[in-house]
Order: sequence, then C-alpha cells, then structure tokens
Amino acid sequence: MFPTPIEKSSQGRQFAYKIALPIALILWLLPLIAVALTSVRSAGDITAGNYWGWPTSFNLIENYTAIFENTPIGKYILNSFKVTIPTVIGAVALSCMTGFALGVYKFRSNLLVFFMFVAGNFVPFQILMVPVRELTLDMGMYNTITGLALFHIAFQTGFCTLFMRNFIKAMPFALIEAARVEGVSEIKIFWYVVMPLMKPAIAALSVLIFTFIWNDYFWATVLTQGADTQPITAGLYSLNGQWVAAWHLVSAGSIVAAMPPVLMFFLMQRHFIAGLTLGAVK
Amino acid sequence: MSSLWKRNQQRIAPWLFLAPGIFMFAVYVIIPIFQSVNISFYAWDGLGQAEYVGVANYVELMDDEAFYTSLKNNVIWLVLYMLAIPAGLFVALFLNQTVRGIRIYKSLFFFPFVISQVVVGLVFSWFYDPTNGLLNIALMAFGFDPVAVLADEKWVTYGIIAAGLWPQTAYCMILYLTGLNAVDPEQIEAARLDNARGLKMLWYVVLPQLKPATFIALVVTVIGALRSFDLISIMTDGGPWGSSRVLAFYMYEQAFSEYGFRMGYGAAIAVVLFAIMMIYISAFLFKMYRDEKGR
Repeated sequence: MFPTPIEKSSQGRQFAYKIALPIALILWLLPLIAVALTSVRSAGDITAGNYWGWPTSFNLIENYTAIFENTPIGKYILNSFKVTIPTVIGAVALSCMTGFALGVYKFRSNLLVFFMFVAGNFVPFQILMVPVRELTLDMGMYNTITGLALFHIAFQTGFCTLFMRNFIKAMPFALIEAARVEGVSEIKIFWYVVMPLMKPAIAALSVLIFTFIWNDYFWATVLTQGADTQPITAGLYSLNGQWVAAWHLVSAGSIVAAMPPVLMFFLMQRHFIAGLTLGAVK
Repeated sequence: MSSLWKRNQQRIAPWLFLAPGIFMFAVYVIIPIFQSVNISFYAWDGLGQAEYVGVANYVELMDDEAFYTSLKNNVIWLVLYMLAIPAGLFVALFLNQTVRGIRIYKSLFFFPFVISQVVVGLVFSWFYDPTNGLLNIALMAFGFDPVAVLADEKWVTYGIIAAGLWPQTAYCMILYLTGLNAVDPEQIEAARLDNARGLKMLWYVVLPQLKPATFIALVVTVIGALRSFDLISIMTDGGPWGSSRVLAFYMYEQAFSEYGFRMGYGAAIAVVLFAIMMIYISAFLFKMYRDEKGR
C-alpha cells in the first residue's frame, strides 16, 4: 500500500494525522458549511453582515418554509424530477440494447458505430444548440418537459453505450455461446442471460445519469423558460436574481437543490463510484 | 419468414438492438453537428429567412476582439484546470489510509462533485463578495486591501477557475483513490526493500501503475475545461465587460443576443470550439482503437 500505512509510523505521526484529517475536511468543505449555516440565519444577521460568525438565531423552519411558500421552488424541484427520471429510464434502456449489440456481436462496422457514440458524447454542447433548439421548436416541444427529456435521453445514450458495451465485453462469453448451442434465440439471450448480469451496471449508470441530469443547467436554459417547465438549476438562477442579497434564502434554496443528488450519492455510493471510475483501473 | 430469422438472426439481431439508440443519437447529436456547420455559412436571426453569406461569419471572427478574449480565456482554463490532476492525486494520497472512519472522510471530500455547478457558482460568488465575503475578510485580516475578484478584469477568470477546480479536484481524487486501491502491493514491498521511498517511490513505482487513472483524469479535465459554461453564466454572466467569456459562453451570448439572435455567427464560434475539442476526441479515439486492436 502506498503511502505507508499510518499505523506503522510513530505514535506522534499517527496522532498528527488524526488531527489533520478533520481540519482538512473542514477547510475543504468550508464554503458548504458556511452555506448550511447561512441558510438558518435571520434576515437581521444578513443585513448586519454577520455572514461568517455564529448565527444570532436559528431560523431553520422559517427560512425553508419561506422559500417554499413565496417562490415556485417546489415546482422547480418537481420539474427536475419529471425530467430526470424519464431520462434515466430512457437512456439506460437504450444503452442496454446498444451496449449488448456492440459488446456481443462481431460485425464489420461495430467499432465505427461504437466510436460514433463515444465521440458524440464528448462534443461541446454549443455545436448542437441551434439545431436542437430548432428541432424541438418544430416538434412543438419547445418549453416542454418532454422536449428537454428527449434530448437528454439521446445525448446520454452516448456515454451509457460506452459504459454498457465495456461492461458486457468483460462478461464471460461462454455463457452466451452455451445458450446459442441450446438454440435460445438472440432476443431471449439478451433478456434472460445478459440482462440479469447487467444489474450492477444498470445501478451504477442510473445514479450517475440522475446526478448529471439533475445538475444540468445549459440545456435547461436553452430548451425551457419559466417556472412551469424549468428544472431547479435554472430556477435557482432566476430566484437568485429576485433575492438580491437575501443570502439566507439563496443558501436555503441551494441546499434544497443539492439535496436529491447528495442523497442519491450517499445511498448508492458504491455504485456511483464504480460507475465514475470505470476504466481508472486496468 | 421465421426460418429466415432463424438462419440470419445473429446478423440481424445487432441492428435490431442498435436501431432505437442510433436513431435517437443521430437525430439529436450527429446530424445537428453537420447542421451547425451548415448554419455557420448563413446570416440568420432564427426567425426570418436565412441568407447565405459564405465564410463571412468566419472572416468577422478574425477581427472580433471578444472572440480573441474568449479564446485566450479558453487557453487559461485548459492550462489551469490541469491543476486538478496533481491536486486530486495529492488529496488521494492523503486519504489513502485505513484509520477509523476514513470511508466517511473519502465520501465527504468527494461531495463538491455531486453538487450542481449552479450551487458551486453561487457559493463562490458569495465567498468572493467584496464587502462581506470570506476571502476579503481573510485578506484584510492579513493586512491586504480587499479585492473584488469577480468585478476585476485581471482576476475574474482566475476566480471562476478556482471555483471550477473545487469539484474537478474531487473528481480526480476519486479516480486516483480507485487507482491506488489497485496498485500491486508486492511491487511496493519489493521497491521498499530496495530502499525506494517518498517521492521517488511515487514517481518510479506508483505513478506508472496509476497511468489508466491519470488518463481518465486528463480526459475528463480537458472536456470539463472546454465545456465551462455554467460557472461563468452564474458568477459573472461573462462580465465585467465580457472579460470572463469563453468560447462556449460567447457562442450562447451571440446566438441568443438581446440585440437579436445571430445564429449563424454563433454557429461559427461553435464550429471553432468543436474543432479544438476534436483534437482531443481524435486522440482519445486513437488510443481506444489501439487498445481494442491490442486485446
């Protein structure tokens, strides 16, 4: 193991390490800790400039009810879910199939199709922006949740295909061979042989895509406008404009917006990291 | 019919499975790339008739001060964003221990990556706030003059990059933590017997084994740097006086400008950005191709 395990070093160094850990963590998360503290401050604290000291009073319930009662933040959150969940389902479903096709079959254009997905997944969003907006307008889906979700499904299919194909490629091929010898049809092989083995990959991709889409801001501003359709990222930006210098409300809003992906991460940590670090180990 | 399927199913099946994915990806990603290239040869306000203008948009770009500012900022982003890689490695080395509760520490250090860039941007604009921001409180405590980072043309891009480095370092850290987990302990022990330690050990024994992690970190950091849009939009909206724009942001601004949409000009900027990105994408695909053939 590298660096040398701390248990093997002197008592003094072990002690120093254990002190350094929490200090480093607090410094690292200082901006977030400050936001969390500020989200419970009173308006008085904000006007008095008490941003960084201890709050004079804890207005947890007042501040959080205030943002839900006085702003459409609840609506924004709901929109985020309405965009994110169908995208996760759609992109994962499509890429289970593409990943299976590219990982299992040998045909001439296999690598070409695969590289198309990989390359597409890396392009800058701006090169897609004007045509995708036009397309969405033409389909009458501009400023609708469906329009936004459809784009996300298509775009995320690139990354998901890369992921799924590599995952399936690493599976024991003998299993599929055996099923073929038994005369099982290809579609049944996909459904009964391969799909059950893909569960960990599906879990990993789902949490990743959930986070990516929840945190998307660019496409939300390009394809939607207004509280009826915009997700929380775009919503928070426009609320920030309304709450000039009302930092306690901005902070509370930020915490609310960050909550779902954070919870998702903590509940599904193992899958999340497995998905993110795919390829980091050979 | 059914015997035809039976005989050829191994040839038909892949295309059956690929069809929906390819269709969606083609409609929303592949075809729009070509459409954008095409639009870049037109003057178009997004509503009326598009007028073919040849390379006029590109000619205009060559003389556009704001374009060069954006391009310069893109280079600064690319260079400074790379700091996330050594920084991530450093944090990973610091956390690669087995003391009690270390798993919680690792996940909390990863936290910034999970949060939306909108939130990161808001948090940092507040950190930089000229009157009450923590940065200036700290600066004044050490006897320096306060700096309005986000209102100062000299500092603004660096201020935004610093905000971006926070989540990006967390990302690189998690890549390296996973990589370190897979480092061969026998090699480390053997090197220890040969008296290798510290930096030497890191450089000659550990880093070569971390190559795949470094590669992925490099790829995601380059892409992240060139995609920078959210933070700029949230923290400065390109300002002050357009000095924190990057190509991605400038493109958006031109296409949806408040003085009328300039879709053609915006598309031309996007094509330039795409061309820069294509260098990295090709390198990535080339490496993948070699790996595929190598197996």
